[in-house]
Amino acid sequence: MDFQSILSAAAGEHGLAVNPWAAVAYLVAGVLFILSLRGLSSPATAQSGNRFGMMGMTIAVVTTLVTHVPWKTSDATNSYVGLDLVGIAEILGAIAIGAVIGIVMARRIAMTAMPQLVAAFHSLVGLAAVAVAAAAYLNPQAFGIADAAGQIYTVSRIEMGLGIAIGAITFSGSVIAFLKLNGNMSGAAIMLPGRHIINLGTLAAIIGLVAYFTVDQSPWVFWTVTGLSFLIGFLLIIPIGGADMPVVVSMLNSYSGWAAAAMGFTLGNTAMIITGALVGSSGAILSYIMCRAMNRSFISVFAGGFGADAAASDGGSKEQRPWKPGSADDAAFLMSQADTVIIVPGYGMAVAQAQHALREMGDLLKKEGVTVKYAIHPVAGRMPGHMNVLLAEANVPYDEVFELEDINGEFAQADVAFVIGANDVTNPSAKTDKTSPIYGMPVLDVEKAKTVLFVKRSMGGVGYAGVDNDVFYMDQTMMLLGDAKKMTDDIVKALNGSGH
Amino acid sequence: MDFIAIFSIFILACFVGYFVVWSVTPALHTPLMSVTNAISSVIIVGALIASAAAGSASSKWLGLAAVVMASINIFGGFAVTARMLAMYKKKER
Repeated sequence: MDFQSILSAAAGEHGLAVNPWAAVAYLVAGVLFILSLRGLSSPATAQSGNRFGMMGMTIAVVTTLVTHVPWKTSDATNSYVGLDLVGIAEILGAIAIGAVIGIVMARRIAMTAMPQLVAAFHSLVGLAAVAVAAAAYLNPQAFGIADAAGQIYTVSRIEMGLGIAIGAITFSGSVIAFLKLNGNMSGAAIMLPGRHIINLGTLAAIIGLVAYFTVDQSPWVFWTVTGLSFLIGFLLIIPIGGADMPVVVSMLNSYSGWAAAAMGFTLGNTAMIITGALVGSSGAILSYIMCRAMNRSFISVFAGGFGADAAASDGGSKEQRPWKPGSADDAAFLMSQADTVIIVPGYGMAVAQAQHALREMGDLLKKEGVTVKYAIHPVAGRMPGHMNVLLAEANVPYDEVFELEDINGEFAQADVAFVIGANDVTNPSAKTDKTSPIYGMPVLDVEKAKTVLFVKRSMGGVGYAGVDNDVFYMDQTMMLLGDAKKMTDDIVKALNGSGH
Repeated sequence: MDFIAIFSIFILACFVGYFVVWSVTPALHTPLMSVTNAISSVIIVGALIASAAAGSASSKWLGLAAVVMASINIFGGFAVTARMLAMYKKKER
């Protein structure tokens, strides 16, 4: 197939579908995307997986560039007269601008800020989907989704309506998630009065208008759907508190996939459909894993307000219970005498940036012959897998890091459980107290260890769930009050001093 | 391509996604999110089509804006994933 016929094929009424080579290339891109996720099944193959993803993307982009070269037409006959060099430069320039911004962001971002970065990226996918859907609406013939009179096909109208709605929700929801994660907006649940009625009404209006769009393609229908979808994205995420952010981030991940899939339907593009389905299911599975790890349902997350009223209900039984304070020297001594130490990091460790000090502490203990392991709760952090990345950044080997179900049985044999920046995920009342807001949530059995060292800023604060933790008051618990990083640094100093 | 053919691909891809994602190790869930972020920007295909098409200036500029946004995601997403994955190391023996 020569270049000229590729061009004219692209100009054909059905867009991409008539060019079999392009269709094959998009399919190959889709398969490479599947392989890229497959690679993540183990850290050993993950980097090659990422490269498969890059290859797939390159194939998809190059195929589109080659089949959709901007060209000039003569005004009289509307026939091909030459390449539109300015148009080509604009497109390549747009890619270059995005590349520079993206690579700079990726290089500079601190690993603790990954949840914000991912939320920001989600918002861009959402907004790009809105822009593409709007562009397709304004120029439907270029996408091969309208007849000669400019009437958009009925199926395409539904796909386009869904695409713009999901894209807009992804965008505005991710913006709110970003602001909450980045601390520009209070992480607390913000409750609007009558919000369930407002939300359901808005959702019903969006669905009704998308249905109406199939019979009337007037601009007001299209833009009202867009506006309402932006609005519902804001409204849905605003009442969700900080502790539920792992679910929100995963769910927005899923939405960004469905938005891509909806646009893939509009364009009849297999690469977009396969990718959209992959990303959509990936985000959905991650949200499910996060919900299960908190013993919460999607509905209760979206009803919002977790942690807002729990503190009040606990107010009656607030008597002072005795607890045992400890120092960095005590902790260093206890751990250096131990056979096994299990470290339980949480979001507080990330906030204090204590991961490097923690790894140093682990190294010193290993030199003393102590077995050191790390126990990660699925929601210990602001996004799935966040703790693992932070520990990897601090050079903790990944085969010393264990998931909840793999390590929970080992606490009973451990001499020391070292809890740093985690709280709710270690609370035994989740297993015993049916009235607790976190009842039923799987937790790490730190109370079974012979000694629990609990690093915490102060005795006053409680976790996100607003519940007191019985572990603080147990005989074998020693509370190490202070900043997580400072405390760990002091333990490191004490370990260095004692050994030699 | 007719709707049923496309829809079949979509449903099958959902199942592939379901099984592939369950096989991802929980330790790599953050890189999973950043890489899915990068690949969902395959929406750039639509943006490129809009940017290249003649006939509507507003459509073209929307397309170009979408190209910039999707490129940020593609390059940023793959780069940050590569950066994270390079940190995962086995115990030295």
